[in-house]
Amino acid sequence: MTAVAEAPPARPGARGPARRQGAGPGAWFLVLPALVPVLVLSVGPLLYGILLAFTDAQSGRTTATRWIGALNFRDLLHDTLFWESFRIGLVWAAGVTVPQFLLALGLALLLDQDLRLRGFARALAIVPWAMPEVVVGIMWRLVYHPDVGVLNETLRDLGLGGGRDWLSGLATALPAVIVVGVWAGLPQTTVALLAGLQNVPRELHEAAAVDGAGAWRRFRAVTWPTLRPVALAITALNLIWNLNSFALVYVLTSGGPGGRTRLPMLFAYEEAFRYGQFGYAAAMGCVLVAVVAVLLAVFLAGRLRGGAET
Amino acid sequence: MRARRTARAGQYAALLGYLLFLAFPLLWLLSTALKPPRELGSLHPTWIPRHPTLANVREAFAEQPLAHAALNSLLVALATAVVAVLIATPAAYALARRRTRLTRAATGWVVVSQAFPFVLVIIPLFLVLKNLRLIDSLAGLVLVYTVWALPFALWMLTGHVRSVPAELEEAAAVDGAGRLRTLVSVTAPLLAPGIAATALFAFVTAWNEFFFALVLLKSPGKQTLPVVLTHFIGAEGMADLGPLAAAAFLATLPSVAVFALVQRRITSGLLAGAVKS
Repeated sequence: MTAVAEAPPARPGARGPARRQGAGPGAWFLVLPALVPVLVLSVGPLLYGILLAFTDAQSGRTTATRWIGALNFRDLLHDTLFWESFRIGLVWAAGVTVPQFLLALGLALLLDQDLRLRGFARALAIVPWAMPEVVVGIMWRLVYHPDVGVLNETLRDLGLGGGRDWLSGLATALPAVIVVGVWAGLPQTTVALLAGLQNVPRELHEAAAVDGAGAWRRFRAVTWPTLRPVALAITALNLIWNLNSFALVYVLTSGGPGGRTRLPMLFAYEEAFRYGQFGYAAAMGCVLVAVVAVLLAVFLAGRLRGGAET
Repeated sequence: MRARRTARAGQYAALLGYLLFLAFPLLWLLSTALKPPRELGSLHPTWIPRHPTLANVREAFAEQPLAHAALNSLLVALATAVVAVLIATPAAYALARRRTRLTRAATGWVVVSQAFPFVLVIIPLFLVLKNLRLIDSLAGLVLVYTVWALPFALWMLTGHVRSVPAELEEAAAVDGAGRLRTLVSVTAPLLAPGIAATALFAFVTAWNEFFFALVLLKSPGKQTLPVVLTHFIGAEGMADLGPLAAAAFLATLPSVAVFALVQRRITSGLLAGAVKS
């Protein structure tokens, strides 16, 4: 494929001289410019954020910030709005990640065939991936627009009634937003899976076909075992990215109507930067991080087990 | 034979479905951007504008400080690309050539950073930057974007450095080239495509980013393009659809152009990272 993927593993030969030069001050000197900003602006804030969760920090307050122990977390436990937002976040993440994967798998398998329009489809798939999330949101607002949106107009033409306000309807807002999430993440997942498909041995496919294995059988026996690590990796990443997403829903609905699309990220953002409750918002962040960590651990454990089987 | 032909037809039908799903919002955006206000007010919007016009572009620039925001975005994105490459390249070189505990720690951090909890980080980051007097400043934003782009930049560059055989450098050393000379005349040219791809990736990341810009930039004169675009939406739905669509369309062009150049490398970088994790 390309340089990164084909990068040869460090050969034993390359190790010798490297050892002799030593990994001492030289290496540190080279790494330092990257290390300092990372420590100051990423590792540091992460730890600081965890500490903040145990304080009553607020923005623009004159009195000193105090330690309040686990009070924020106890409050969170009884905060029904937060748990509702949490539930919405999980529905959103699962609702986007699963269709994203299935649709991307379908598209990747199609693009792996020798079809016309293949190049065009690949080129087209780049666009949603490269687009700023804000633009994706604005674009879909135009599609969903109750009066001049193409969706309602098409439904009217088909005689299915119209005038629906997709993004403001209590029942339709979350599904409508999820469709946008799928659309936006589809290309990236497809391209990753497509790259994974390049590793599937062709001869094996042909041999299986000669032996009379049907398409589904060939997929199960030949394609999937090779594709599995890539599929699991991209799904794990998608899940995390979707749990972290903010801009798309901020632009589409700002969390409305009535909080039906208020993802945890939006909730924490409002708590911190609209109401100034830094400590409380940091506690929310901690809970979300813990959930992501658990999900990731479960996922990776499953992946390792799967790896042992094959 | 017949069954095969049916299968082929099915495949084309499915591919067509995908193409429609991917393309229709894009075409609608373009169509809206080209429509004059009178057509946008009509209750039966058409796919193809009856009287296509570029007036929306002009109006978009007149209404909002778009040109200025685009300039801000460009500055931030360029600075991020340059700074990220400048500090990632030496680090990637060290990580690729010497296998130490540092390598393992860096790899672990790159993996973890993919799950980076922005919710948790944004508040302390805000406070830290406030103390450094870097709130509401483009320089502060560049710093944040650089740190944010670093994990992936390191990942890509480390792979590229590894693909430059160490034997080449050793051969140059044997021929009497000094360390610097070796780096400049042997390693750098081989590394250039990788560095370019990494820089472009950092550029697109910074150009598209919204969350940090929303939180960290307050004065209107400093806001970047995505933030200013959300002002178009306003509190009560979207007032001027035409200019909004035109501005959104224009904001996408740089990302798509740059992305088209480097997409293959980014994919494989992502994949290498994902699979090795």
